[in-house]
Amino acid sequence: MLRLSLGLVTVFAFSVIIFSTFSFLPGDFATEILGQSATKSAVKALRAELGLDKPPVTRYFDWLGNVFQGDFGSSFSGRSKVQGDQGDRSREVVGLIVPRLKNTLFLTGVAAMLAIPLSLILGISAALYRNSYYDRSATGVSLVTVSSPEFFTAYIFILLLATLFPVFPTISNVDEASTLAERFYRTALPVFTLTLITMGHMMRMTRSAIINILSSEYIEMAKLSGASRYEVIVKHALPNAWAPISQVIAINLAYMLIGSVVVEYVFNYQGIGRLMVGSVYNRDLPVVQACALIFASTYVILNLIADLIGIISNPRLLYPK
Amino acid sequence: MSENLSYSAKSEVANLIKRRTRLERLKIALSKAPISAWFGMIVLFIYFFAAIFAPFIAPHGEAEIFPVAYAPWGDGHIFGTDQIGRDIFSRIIYAARNTIGICLLATFIALGIGTVFGIIAALDRRYLDQLLSRIVDTLMAIPVMIFTFILLSVFGPTNFNLIVILGILESTRFFRISRSVAVGQVVLEYVEVARLRGENLSYIIFREILPNIASPLIIEFGLRFIFIIFTISSLSFLGIGIQPPSADWASMVRENAILIQYAQYDITAGLTPLIPAAAIALLCVSINFVVDWYLYITSGLKDDVK
Repeated sequence: MLRLSLGLVTVFAFSVIIFSTFSFLPGDFATEILGQSATKSAVKALRAELGLDKPPVTRYFDWLGNVFQGDFGSSFSGRSKVQGDQGDRSREVVGLIVPRLKNTLFLTGVAAMLAIPLSLILGISAALYRNSYYDRSATGVSLVTVSSPEFFTAYIFILLLATLFPVFPTISNVDEASTLAERFYRTALPVFTLTLITMGHMMRMTRSAIINILSSEYIEMAKLSGASRYEVIVKHALPNAWAPISQVIAINLAYMLIGSVVVEYVFNYQGIGRLMVGSVYNRDLPVVQACALIFASTYVILNLIADLIGIISNPRLLYPK
Repeated sequence: MSENLSYSAKSEVANLIKRRTRLERLKIALSKAPISAWFGMIVLFIYFFAAIFAPFIAPHGEAEIFPVAYAPWGDGHIFGTDQIGRDIFSRIIYAARNTIGICLLATFIALGIGTVFGIIAALDRRYLDQLLSRIVDTLMAIPVMIFTFILLSVFGPTNFNLIVILGILESTRFFRISRSVAVGQVVLEYVEVARLRGENLSYIIFREILPNIASPLIIEFGLRFIFIIFTISSLSFLGIGIQPPSADWASMVRENAILIQYAQYDITAGLTPLIPAAAIALLCVSINFVVDWYLYITSGLKDDVK
């Protein structure tokens, strides 16, 4: 419960920080949008329209209230610079975000479904055959994948699977009309990349979690009592390993989400990370804020889930001292 | 002759427990170092050598432009030239200087801020500790890269802003670790004695506590350095990190990425954008090796658990 409220406080604090970035901006939004040559009355009108003439605290709560109703305001780009032009081409931030958020969730979801089972199997088997050649090569390879930046992995995949052996497309452009099979085909490379970059972490963490458990006394006891290798693992080790493993998964999903920003950029995939990078270029703050808020709250929630699983699966932690 | 006959256990023991100098201990540690640590140290040495002596090693200037853009390998340019005709090999060497320099600065800032506040929090243990710890908890719950995104889009992506922002955001990890280690130290007698002697705060922090908590901080320094290299590289790759015309590995990858399309005609063209990326990966693997080794010798950790 305490943990839950702490998470809420964190998101709340971050929303304050995000919002206050408005006021850190050199100069003023209105002048920023209209340009240097704008007349005073035009600036004043726009300030009134954006609500910039109200005190910051009022503006913050207005904004927060709107966010809760799913209204992130409207994007700066495309806003008409000509005064009195009513044909405003500015788009609602929500309209920009929702389809891209779906794309990102699809990408990370598929990657997670691939990465989680694979890395669990690899991690557990590496722990069982500890210090064998299999284990050494697996941990060695995972160290390399962990140490390479996302774009390195991504470009190696492009080089091998898209240009030298053209199996998959380099640019994964999907739209509403794409069928599911088409989506899988087009997102194959970004999915592989995301899978590989998180698999290294997950595998190493699973391996050390299992090794920790296997070295405890009750496992020794089970072995001595004549349980088979299979029994020791499935009956004795796994129930206690779920807590660390599920924490590993939750942490790595959060990590994958952040990694998707770079991967989407490489493959020009229309996801939320790509949108955020583009908006940072254009200093389109409402969009950046909305994306950042989504990223941060997902990240906080995933970490919260990791903590909660840890607490639930270990009854001793349910009753604090 | 008479000295040899009269045996003194005391003198022999005294010989044996003679305190080794730092250099001797270093030599012994090095002779026991595994091959991975040697590999890491040699690579790191090459990187730092390249970074420091970049103008003397690089065959061409950092921003020197040649008439042929996208020149192939060889023929005066070892790795060819980039999209506006700059020598890629020279830029890789200069990039060592820029990337490592900026990342090191950011890590040092993080180390400085985090450690000082961490020890102060450990010494105080009252409101200040609570306040600082809660702030750090909040900051740590937010992904660093997203936070940096926002701050850079507000303050503008300059190298200076990049260093300061990352230095401050990453200091949270140093705060956590230095606070938790220092909490165990501040209750020990030597800190008490220093306080009673009337030493001031900075003496207690830097001369008394810091030397005793140095080794976890050094390990954290190595790991954070890798993390900062990653973050800055990702940002540069996205075009909002280290700014041109400074060469840096990640933006070189982005600038030359198009060459990958021609890999089926000329394999070296496809490899060109991967070289700077591989440079980052190699650097991080090497740091990992050295940190692992350091962790092993300072904690006496058994290989079993690692």
